[in-house]
This record gives sequence, C-alpha cells and structure tokens, in this order.
Amino acid sequence: MSEVATHHHDDHHGAHATGIMRWLTTTNHKDIGTLYLLFSLVMFFIGGTMAMIIRLELFQPGLQFVDPQFYNSMVTMHALIMIFGAVMPAWTGFANWMIPMMIGAPDMALPRLNNWSFWILPFAFTMLLSTLFMPGGAPAGGWTMYPPLVLQTGDAFPFLIFAVHFMGASSIAGAINVVATVFNMRAPGMTLMKLPLFVWTWIITGFLLIASIPVLAGAVTMLLTDKFFGTAFFSAAGGGDPVMFQHIFWFFGHPEVYILILPAFGIVSAIIPTFARKPLFGYSSMVYATGAIAFLSFIVWAHHMFTVGMPLAGELFFMYTTVLIAVPTGVKVFNWVATMWQSSMTFETPMLFALGFVILFTIGGFSGLMLGVTPVDFQYHDTYFVVAHFHYVLVTGAVFALMAGAYFWMPKWTGHMYNETLAKWHFWLSVISVNVLFFPQHFLGLAGMPRRIPDYAVQFADFNMVSSIGGLGYGISQILFVIIVVKCIRGGEKATDEVWEGAQGLEWTLSSPPPYHSFTEAPDPESITGGHR
Amino acid sequence: MNLLSKNIFISLILALIPAACFADWELNLPRGVTPFSQDIYDLHMYVLWIVCAIGVVVFGAMFYSIFVHRKSRGAKAANWHHSTKVEVLWTVIPFAILIAVAVPATKSLIMMEDVSNADMTIKVTGYQWKWHYDYIGEDVSFYSTIHKDSNIARQRGAELDPFDVDHYLRDVDNYLVVPTNKKIRFLTTAGDVIHAWWVPALGWKRDAIPGFINESWALIQEPGVYRGQCAELCGKDHGFMPIVVEAVPEADYLAWIAKKTEEKALVINDSKALDQMNSIVLTEAKKINSGE
Amino acid sequence: MSKSNITYSNADYYVPDSSRWPLIASVSIFAMFVGGATLLNGANIGPYVLSAGFILFVYMLFGWFGDVIAESEAGTYNGQVDVSFRMGMAWFIFSEVMFFAAFFGALYYARMYSIPWLGGAGSGGATNEFLWPEFASAWPLFNTPDSYGFTQFKEVIGAWGVPFWNTLILLTSGVTCTWAHWGLKIGSRKHLIAGLSVTVILGIIFVAMQAEEYRHAYHALGLTLNSGIYGATFFLLTGFHGFHVTMGTIMLATILARCIKGHFTHENHFGFEACAWYWHFVDVVWIGLFIFVYWV
Ligand code: HEA
Ligand code: HEA
Ligand code: CUA
Ligand SMILES: [Cu+2]
Repeated sequence: MSEVATHHHDDHHGAHATGIMRWLTTTNHKDIGTLYLLFSLVMFFIGGTMAMIIRLELFQPGLQFVDPQFYNSMVTMHALIMIFGAVMPAWTGFANWMIPMMIGAPDMALPRLNNWSFWILPFAFTMLLSTLFMPGGAPAGGWTMYPPLVLQTGDAFPFLIFAVHFMGASSIAGAINVVATVFNMRAPGMTLMKLPLFVWTWIITGFLLIASIPVLAGAVTMLLTDKFFGTAFFSAAGGGDPVMFQHIFWFFGHPEVYILILPAFGIVSAIIPTFARKPLFGYSSMVYATGAIAFLSFIVWAHHMFTVGMPLAGELFFMYTTVLIAVPTGVKVFNWVATMWQSSMTFETPMLFALGFVILFTIGGFSGLMLGVTPVDFQYHDTYFVVAHFHYVLVTGAVFALMAGAYFWMPKWTGHMYNETLAKWHFWLSVISVNVLFFPQHFLGLAGMPRRIPDYAVQFADFNMVSSIGGLGYGISQILFVIIVVKCIRGGEKATDEVWEGAQGLEWTLSSPPPYHSFTEAPDPESITGGHR
Repeated sequence: MNLLSKNIFISLILALIPAACFADWELNLPRGVTPFSQDIYDLHMYVLWIVCAIGVVVFGAMFYSIFVHRKSRGAKAANWHHSTKVEVLWTVIPFAILIAVAVPATKSLIMMEDVSNADMTIKVTGYQWKWHYDYIGEDVSFYSTIHKDSNIARQRGAELDPFDVDHYLRDVDNYLVVPTNKKIRFLTTAGDVIHAWWVPALGWKRDAIPGFINESWALIQEPGVYRGQCAELCGKDHGFMPIVVEAVPEADYLAWIAKKTEEKALVINDSKALDQMNSIVLTEAKKINSGE
Repeated sequence: MSKSNITYSNADYYVPDSSRWPLIASVSIFAMFVGGATLLNGANIGPYVLSAGFILFVYMLFGWFGDVIAESEAGTYNGQVDVSFRMGMAWFIFSEVMFFAAFFGALYYARMYSIPWLGGAGSGGATNEFLWPEFASAWPLFNTPDSYGFTQFKEVIGAWGVPFWNTLILLTSGVTCTWAHWGLKIGSRKHLIAGLSVTVILGIIFVAMQAEEYRHAYHALGLTLNSGIYGATFFLLTGFHGFHVTMGTIMLATILARCIKGHFTHENHFGFEACAWYWHFVDVVWIGLFIFVYWV
C-alpha cells in the first residue's frame, strides 16, 4: 500500500462492487446516507398513505371505508412507520452524509457496522408490514403497545415484537457509529466547541438512542414473555401491573421524541445563519440547552400517564420537570430569532422551511406546555388536542426540518441546483395545507373528541372534514417533493462548491458533488473556524 | 415599531376570523358543572393566554426582522452573536412564568386528589365494550351499553344516517343517575383491558385499569344530562362505548334508587319463581317418564 | 488554501472494502426472527427457518470476525481504528446496561409499588378492599393476588447457597481475566493462556451451576416463569444474565484459541480487551442480581 495517499482514495478501494452489489455491500458513508434517505422517503409515503386512509375514514361521521379493527391497525402502523421508518432513518441518513464532511473525516468510524445498521431496516420493515396480511390483522393496539390490549393481537404479535427489536438494533448501531465518529474522527483543529450544531445535536441524540432504545427492547421482551411464557409482569393477578409497562415504555418514549427533534434543531441552526448572513447567536448556549433538554427528557416520562392514577407526589414531580423543558427550548427559539435580528435575509426554500419550523414547532411546544399542566391534562389527555400537539412538533417540526435540510444540502449531494420555483410551491402548499390539516384538531380535542376512534359524534363533523381536506392537500403536495428530488438527481443547473452565499462550514469546501471519500486529506486546521463562524 | 404593531394587529384579526365564522362550533373546553371542572377551565384559559402572549412577542419579533432585515430591502448583516445579559434574561423570565403556572396548577391538583369525605361511592368497571356501574352500599348495579340507534347507524353501509340519530355515539341504554350537590367518589377499574372513564363536564378522565382501582370525585352543581365516552384505546369498539350521566336533585335520585332496588328484587323473585316452575316441570316430567 | 502537513492515508485511516457480511447478518437474523415468530404462533416450519437462520448467523460470525481478525493480523489497522473499536464496544456495553436497567426497573416497581398497592398500602386502599381483599403484600410473593393460572412455589433460592458460590466464582474469574491481561501486557504467553483458561473454565462452571439451580427451582421448588411476578423477574433477570455469561464465555474461548495461535501483541490486543470488558460488565450485573434478586 502507498505510504502517503495524496491521490484520490478511490484507487485503493477501486475494488468496490458495482451495480446492485455496490449498494448491498457498501461501506461508504455517502452511499449509506443515500440509502437511508431513500428508504425513509419510501416509508414516509407508506406511512402517509396510511394517514390518508385515516383521514378518509374520518372525513364524515359513520363508517364508510374500513372496519374499526383495520382503522386501529392503520393508526398503529402509521405511527410506527413514520417514527421508526421515516423520521429516525432520515436523521441517520443526514448524519451519514454530513457528519464526516462537517468534521473533516474521510468516512464514518465503523463503516461495516454502518452498512449493517442500514441493511437491517428493509428486513425489519418487511416483518412489520407483512403483519398486514396475517390472520387477526396487523397490530392495532396503538404505537404505544399498552398491555393487556396488545396481548390480544393475533399472529402479528411476535412479528411486531421482533420487528421492534430489529429496528432497535439498527438504531443503536447507527448511534454508536455517530458517537464514535464524532469523538474519534474529527480533523485536527476541530475542537468540540467548534463543531457545527448539527453534529452536536446528533451526538446528544446518539446518546439518547443508546440509553433509551434498549429500554424499549426490554419492555417489548416482557410483553413477549407475558404472552407466550406465562410471566406476569403486566398482570395484577400475578402481582404485576399494566401501568408498569407504561412507565418502562415512556422512559424510552419521551427521550424518543427528542431523538426526533434534536437533529432538527441542529439543521435549523445551520440554515438560519446561512440565509441571514449573520453568525448564529449564542452558540454555546445552544449546546448547553441541547444537553439540558436531553437530561430533562429522562425525568419527565410520566407526563404521558397523568391519568393512570399516580400518587400526588409523582404527578407534581412530573409536572414540574415537564414544564421546565420550556426553558432550554425557549433559549433555542430566542437564539434563532436573535440570529435573524439585524441580519440580511433571503428566502430560498431551505430558509422558508426553517422559518416555518421555528413558528410552527413553537406552536407545538406551546400546546406541549399546556399538556404538561397536570390538572388540565386530565381533560386534554387522549384527545385530538394531543394529536394536534404532536403533529405540530413532528410534522411541522421534524418533517419540515428534514425538508429544509434536504433542500439545503441537495445541491451538495447531487451537484445540481433543485428547481427553486417548484420548491417554493412545495413549501407554500405544504405550510398552508398542514395548518388546515392540524390546527382544527386543537378545537376537536378541546370540544371532546377522543383520539384513536374511527367514528365520532356529529358535532365534530365540520372540523374533521376541514382537517381531512387539509390532509389531502398536504399529501398531494408531497408528491411535488419527489418530483423535485428526481429532477435534481437527473440534472439541473450546476451547483458551486459553496452553493449558498452565506454558507459556512467544511462541507462547503468540498466539491459538489463531493469526492467518494470525503476528506482524504485533513483540512487545514486554520480554516476550521467552527460552526458558529 | 410601527410595523410591529401593525403586524400584531393583523395577526389578531386573522386569529379572530375563524372564531367569528365558526361561532356555533365548539372550539373550547366546556366550563363543566363541578367546582373542579371550572378550576380546570380557568387554568386552561390562563395558560392559553400566557402562551398566546409569548407567541405574539416571539413571532412579532421574528416577522419584524423578516420584513425589515431582508437583503432585498438593502439590510446589512450585523456581526454580533453573543450577549450574556439577554441570554440570562430569557432564561430567567420563562422560568418565572413557569412558576406562575405551577402554583395554581399545584393547588388544583391537590384539591382534585382529595377524595375524602365523600357522600357516596360508585364503582365503574370498563369491559370490552360496555360499562358496569355499581352503587356501593345500595343494591343497584347494571351495565350500560351504546344505544341501539347509534349502534345501527355506526355499521358500515348502514341505512340509518348518523345525522338522524339523537346524540349519535353519545347515548346509552342505561344512564348513570346521580344526585346533584353530593360529593361522589368514583372508583374506576376494568375487567379486561385498560379503558378510561371520561365525562368532560365533570372536568377529568380516569384510566380504568384491570386489577387496580383509581379514585376520583365529582360534585355536580347543576341537574342535567352529561355525555362522554371511553378515552383509552381498548380494541375495535373503543369508539363505541359512550357514557351518559344524569344528575338529578337528591329526592329524584332517592326515588330512582328505590325503583331500581325494587326492580332488581322483582327480577330476583321472578327468577326464583322460574326456578320453582322448572323444578315442578322437571319432577312432573320424571314422573311421566318413569311411567307413574 | 494552504496545505496542511497532516494527510490521511491508509497508514492513518482505514476504510474497509465493501463487505457482504452485514447483509448476511441481517438475512440470518431476519430468518431467526421469522422462524421464531412462526414457531411461537405454532406453525410447523418455524423451527426449520429458525435453525437455518441460526446456521447462517454462525457462518456470518465466523466470516465477519474472520475478516476483521485477518485484517488486524495483517497490520492494516492503526491507532485510530483501534480507538473506534474501543468506543464502539464501550457504547455497546452501555446499551446492554440500559437493557438490564429495564428489568431491574420492573423488579423495583413490583416490589416498591404494585405489590404494596395490591396489598392496600398507599393509594391502593380501594384496590385491596374491592378487588383483592384476601391478598397481603409480601416479598417473595408466594401467594399471588389471584392464584388461578399461576404455579405456586414452596421456597425461593436463598442468597447464601449456590448464588453465593457463583458470586465468588464470577469475582474470581474477573481476577483471573485481569491476570491474563497482565500476562499479555508483560508478554508472557504462559500467564496469558493460564489466566484465560481458568477464566473460561470458571465461566463454564458458573453456567453449569446456574442451570442446576434452575432445574432445582423448577422441579423441587415449583418456582417457574409462571410463578407470578416473583418468578417472572427472577427468571428474566437471571436468565438474561446467564445468557450473557454464556456469550461472554464463548467470546473468551475464542480469544483463548487466538492466543494459543499466537495472535495479539502486548500493545495491540483490542479483541482481548473487548471481551474482558464484556466479562467485567457481566460480573457487575451479577453483583446487582446477587444483591437485589437473591439477597435483600
Ligand atoms: C418531536 C416530538 C415532540 C416534542 C419536541 C415534544 C415536546 C413537548 N411535549 Fe410532546 N408529545 C409528542 C412529541 C413531542 N413532544 C408525542 C409524539 C406525543 C404523544 C405520544 C402518544 O401518546 O402517542 C406527545 C405528548 C405529550 C404529552 C402527553 C399528552 C397526553 O397524552 O396527555 C405531554 C404532556 O406533558 C407533552 C408535553 C410536551 C412538552 C412540554 C414539550 C416541550 O419540549 C415543548 C417545549 C417548547 C416550547 C414551550 C416552545 C418554545 C419555548 C419558548 C418560546 C419559551 C417560552 C415559553 C414558555 C415559558 C411557555 N407531550
Ligand atoms: C413522525 C411522525 C408522524 C408523521 C410524519 C405523521 C404524519 C401524519 N399524520 Fe400522524 N401520527 C403519528 C406520527 C406521525 N404522523 C403518531 C405517533 C400517531 C399516534 C398513533 C397512535 O395513536 O398510536 C399519529 C396519529 C395520527 C392521527 C390520529 C389517529 C387517531 O388517533 O385515530 C391522524 C389523524 O388525522 C394522523 C394524521 C397524519 C397525517 C394526515 C399526516 C401527514 O403529515 C402525512 C403526509 C404524508 C403523506 C400523505 C404521504 C405522501 C403522499 C402520498 C402518499 C401521495 C398520495 C397522497 C394522497 C392519495 C393524497 N396521524
Ligand atoms: Cu373502552 Cu376505549
Ligand atoms: Cu413526552
């Protein structure tokens, strides 16, 4: 092997396979990132199709299209697919593509593990989706899988449990890889406090994943043994407690929602300064706030279970910790606004999605805060108010940030500019329809419509119809995104290396598209000024 | 500044439009008919106004810079990116706001959890997919299931239109009748999977967990019929297990209890009589069979 | 842009060639899961699919680790790769700790909350009065709230019999493992192989004693998975631990074989250390088990 590789790294690994085998066996972070992103897009459409079935059935009172059991399956599968199949893999895809380029590394720390963590996913989701065709139907107990109800699942049950184990393994492997990459592969001069915020938020996400996913694995394992091996974890008759499952599940589940949103914070923190042409305000407080959110996320879990009848002290404790999360999150929002203040903004599509994110995520955060107030949650709990809350943080939060990030880096990935006009259409159609879709759900919840029902009392008819129309609009708008992506991959105006006028960071010093192995030579330490300029 | 106030004005107008055109739609929590539900309503409005106010400030500042600090208007970017003073400020102020929320919330919660000194107790048991009510200390207990009209109209391809059914999906065969102005202690539990008993007018919902009992209370101030439904996913007919509470003055309640007790006794007597008849028939039959 | 004097090359950084092992790993686990699930559902093909998956899985382990070992022995790895491996292993062990935490959490919850509540303590007054009037809170829980469908047990396994000896065995094995490491570091093959062999043997003894204890519990004491929450927490905690000891023993045996072959040098022996870390982790979990499952 050559002593000093000044030439292109490909030469050493010219051996990499071609055709389908290239994708099946790749150890390259960009290939794997691409696989992750495409997979997640497919899952987004499958989960979205299920959402469309939900909205279709809820268009009018009365049952028109599906049976209640199938409706429940759609709700359950929609959530599992969107969370574990669409948003989480999308973040890992972004991490794969961007982190090595952002920290000046040639690749991820553990490339073969990286391949494995991706190639688990198609198999895990084959298992999950195959349950749709099984006797007894797909899982229908909600994505939260509460016993005893979930134990009534038919043949799908062990497939559900094993699919969760399998995806969990993938997430843990992916997270370990990111953490090892960031701690071990940074270019000389890239100190921790110079890391771009996307990298920071991802290490903390990685930590949340490694700490919380195994707990989910434990919880579903107990479900499995309760169903098949006669254990009594969740049965009072044997001294256990169904509520115990909820505690274990939400110990995972609440960190999970921050797993879905922290990388979004990172992306937005990259995009706003770029298009504002002004350094990010309060870089270090952003880092500390992320850490604080992550820490708090482990001690708030029971705010999902205020109505289960916890002792008073527990309810108070979880109320206080929950509302406390508003403080670090607020710091972030204020920092973004301060970044915009006295800046020089332009409004390309990534910026539009980022601004949409800031406003709409904050609205979702506000409803979260309201939910955190225990006595009032006795009314809100398990109503559409909750559904509205989490779709604001998940769809106009996580998914909007994903869109923002995709537009932001697509020129870097493909080497072509996307079609800005179409993209602006995509944004405006999305942002309008998504509010038509989810805003009325606040009112439905307050007026008393429970969630997870296929049919409702007639006083809820009008708002449901509005919401379904919005849903259809939002769904159709997403087809535009696919068109834009395909067009951009196929060709288009050639992108410069820097792509955006105000762009900062190492990824913009590489060519567009970047070389197969990102930094075969460490970048100049002097040139590393940090994600905050 | 001028622009800022204009923005706030516009956003307020925009916020009012839906309220105006949906005037007869239900948009908000009901105030309810128990002291507790009214506290909750007040707390809800209080927090809602707080977040709206924060929203106006934050979004106002944001829209202001979007309009004013845009490149197309020739804005030049400043280069500052740090200020410990404001950062401390916007950590401390939200914290103070949260304390202002937590104090009344704590008070309400303490009041709600106090089930002592109840005048009567009703045990509520959820089953897939009906409710069972048990008046502790009285000889009254019964099941309550979805009303048959709703049940017909909810089928796929039903001839009956939901809009033609009174209280579609919110009506039952047997109402839960309770007295007004009495502190009623509710014991919720379940027989199979988890359900949740929820009547919004009472101000709370409580999970019904198999093998465990949760306690809550209500004191209904106004006579009336209050409707709700199961609020925890409990299987295919989760959407079809409504709850109807009828609150009546105490005298009517006592009369109702008396009637129910009597009915039950009658049913029991009837079944005793039936048993007797059966055994007579049986012995006769035996006699005939044995050729006597 | 000025050229920095730091350059990556294969000497500094190693990106492995594309590999088919990850895909084979996924396929094999997929087959095991599908086989296992169909088996649980009572289908006849279940065991065959499961076994096929398992065989493929073992094949994959040999192949994947074989590649890594070959690359390592060929000197392709450098310090940076080594650190990546270390971080990977450390975080993996941390994730395992969290997996056990879920079961310890269940044990804690049952003892501190659900059983006392069922017995009428705290907020469980009405629960006990109306649903389980006969039930009295206790630990070990010999009498479950409802005995129907549960196996009654006569006695639990006390801390000071087999579990105590097993504690000693595991602690000793931790020491012998360190002894082997020390041998490796001073370059003494004799100490290395002796220490490691003793560790492996102790691991096997531990598993054997644990198996005997299970047999005793099932046959003599009537303590089974089905013995209410006590049996459930007991067998899942000790069972997953026993499984981890088995895995750890197999890992150490592999390392032993490699040592005998002459792999590892005194500065380059990550494979050894990874297994040693794993072994110590298993050890620590056992201490937790000994205290919370058997003793208090
Ligand atoms: C990305 C995902 C995400 C995020 C980020 C959040 C964020 C928050 N969530 Fe949400 N939540 C979900 C996803 C998410 N949630 C999901 C999926 C569910 C339902 C699960 C299910 O049951 O299926 C749920 C449910 C849920 C519940 C349970 C409701 C119920 O079932 O009864 C509660 C209750 O406390 C809650 C609270 C919060 C809070 C306080 C935040 C906070 O982090 C929000 C903080 C942000 C802000 C407050 C806005 C910005 C702050 C400022 C501008 C500063 C000033 C503000 C103040 C001082 C108020 N969430
Ligand atoms: C990241 C997570 C995520 C995302 C992105 C979404 C996205 C959407 N969700 Fe989801 N949802 C959840 C997570 C998510 N949801 C969770 C956790 C639950 C709780 C589950 C439970 O209770 O257990 C839930 C529950 C839930 C409900 C409540 C069901 C109930 O309680 O009965 C509803 C109802 O409206 C809903 C709707 C939607 C819609 C319309 C979208 C849209 O944003 C989807 C838009 C995308 C598409 C539509 C796909 C793209 C386009 C096409 C496929 C083209 C074809 C389009 C047409 C034919 C129009 N979701
Ligand atoms: Cu009973 Cu839902
Ligand atoms: Cu939460």
